Amino acid sequence: MAPILDIRNLYKNYGTTEVLKDINVSIESGEFLVLVGPSGCGKSTLLNCIAGLEPISGGTLAIAGEDMTDVSPKDRDIAMVFQSYALYPTMSVAKNITFGMKVRGVDSATQERKLAEVARQLQIEPLLNRRPGQLSGGQRQRVAMGRALVRDPKLFLFDEPLSNLDAKLRVEMRTEIKALHQNLGASMVYVTHDQIEAMTLATKIVVMKGGVIQQIGSPSEIYNRPANLFVADFMGSPAMNLIPARAQGNGSGTRIEIAREGGEPIVLTDARARDLPEDVIVGLRPEDIAEPGFRHGEAVQEASCKIDIVEPAGADTYVMTHLGGKPVTARLHSETEAAPGATHTFAFDLSKVSYFEPESGRRLN
Amino acid sequence: MTDLTAAPRRPDVAGVRRRSSAGKIALRWGLYAILLVFALYYLMPLFVMLTTSLKSLEEIRTGDLIALPREITFDAWRTAWSEACTGIQCEGVRPYFWNSVLIAVPGVIISTLLGAVNGYVVAQWQFRGANVIFALMLFGCFIPFQVVLLPMARLLGLMGIAGTIPGLIFVHVIYGIGFTTLFFRNYYVTIPSELTKAAKVDGAGFLRIFWAIFLPLSLPIVVVSVIWQFTQIWNDFLFGVSFSQAGTQPVTVALNNIVNSTTGVKAYNVDMAAAIIAALPTLLVYVVAGKYFIRGLTAGSVKG
Repeated sequence: MAPILDIRNLYKNYGTTEVLKDINVSIESGEFLVLVGPSGCGKSTLLNCIAGLEPISGGTLAIAGEDMTDVSPKDRDIAMVFQSYALYPTMSVAKNITFGMKVRGVDSATQERKLAEVARQLQIEPLLNRRPGQLSGGQRQRVAMGRALVRDPKLFLFDEPLSNLDAKLRVEMRTEIKALHQNLGASMVYVTHDQIEAMTLATKIVVMKGGVIQQIGSPSEIYNRPANLFVADFMGSPAMNLIPARAQGNGSGTRIEIAREGGEPIVLTDARARDLPEDVIVGLRPEDIAEPGFRHGEAVQEASCKIDIVEPAGADTYVMTHLGGKPVTARLHSETEAAPGATHTFAFDLSKVSYFEPESGRRLN
Repeated sequence: MTDLTAAPRRPDVAGVRRRSSAGKIALRWGLYAILLVFALYYLMPLFVMLTTSLKSLEEIRTGDLIALPREITFDAWRTAWSEACTGIQCEGVRPYFWNSVLIAVPGVIISTLLGAVNGYVVAQWQFRGANVIFALMLFGCFIPFQVVLLPMARLLGLMGIAGTIPGLIFVHVIYGIGFTTLFFRNYYVTIPSELTKAAKVDGAGFLRIFWAIFLPLSLPIVVVSVIWQFTQIWNDFLFGVSFSQAGTQPVTVALNNIVNSTTGVKAYNVDMAAAIIAALPTLLVYVVAGKYFIRGLTAGSVKG
């Protein structure tokens, strides 16, 4: 079967400014694709191109095997949820949801049935006669979802749908969207700048920066094997520790030397790394710098460092230190005895370590 | 230390507060007095018009200008409405009043609708050159009436509607589009473009989005446009006198003719009654829709 969405060599220019450069993405039916990146990276523009709201300047775009390059939004069989919800202010909730069907000339019995179905699914039955202005943010969000769901399209598009909600509601709605995706088995494209949303929702993530795709992969690929320094730094909270170091190959592996404040450099050995250049950046997630005794395995090595700051976060405690001239975060268990100013022994787990080239930012292993 | 110094200070503070509150009250009353004076000043002409129109000619000649009528008579109103002479015809302002209605009502409706569509396009369907076209329309607001008189007369002649009521409607619509477009454009740019996008994805086209989504949102700005256009068209004299002929003149022209073409004794009471009749519709529009007018004018400036 043809992929539900297939984008090849897509370019988008505004005048002489290139907003999107050589975008190639493809998703199969039932996938949840998340476009993530900092603001201005072109992710919303790409979504608008998929919707047909922005014409593309080059390349092709196909939905379910049909070329959509010059097809208007209404004929693309898509539904879209917007950041501002974009509910029609003068229409009741019911009219908002059925507007698309009314425009398309669906008979009123079918409209009624589908409206009732969606209202039950989203639990907005008591709201059907209200105006959007009388609803709370979360309720508006649901109505916007309802407007998309009722259409039963080939492809759902979401443009930062949760960013106007407060933190608690955002987490709730995130779970609901995930449940919705699982229940419907629908294909979705979702734009967000929130990397946690991207990680939790996606089956496939596209990380973008400056109109260029940095990496495409499953959440665990993106998280564990970031393709470059940008992805490593952008995805994950707290961010991955990126520590400048010197690498030296020897017979049994590579010797990694990291400068330590007020003392001898830390020396770690990685048996698996081969052929690293002399200057490298070592990427270690905070959870891979833990307390001794909590991690086991041949890749775990211990070293002690001076602690700058201790941040208890409930389940975990984040501890900041300095290595290689950069601040480094370690994720310790909540009962840790680490105290600011003291020297503490950390266990470095190199099983998931990433190496990057300092100049290009490219991944080396 | 605190006890000694704090105790005598307290009455002082209270004294200052009392003085300042007395000052505030005085200021307030002063303000009211000034406002009252100005209100009276502006109401005076209307008062004189009203009282004069209710007096007999005899009383006007002998009485005081600002005195109340000794005997109220509606003769002047009757004369002004249906008997006063405008040149050789003596039918009062009645036929011309209806001319004005026939010019103003379609003129207002057409120019408001066109302005709404224009504003919708310029604000929500950005195309190449949209801003240039809007700037040119805006420029149209600042062209003085006198400049367009001759070209317009030629154009109306070519179109075969010179001296007719449709001709006057056409002139007023053309002249009003600049303003109405400006009103609607400024109102519609505050509406998020995502609304248009959502409707496009829902399958609605250009006109559907306008009718179903934008027009129902537009009541405040429609009121502004209607008041503005109605006042402009109803009160217009120059176009009315230039592009009309006997039988199609608007009420403003007829009023001028009544006042200026009387021979012998000036019938001030009839003039005043005719002037009030000519001014009544615009007054009425303000009274009925004034509340929306203020709301609509400020609608674009503050975001919801």
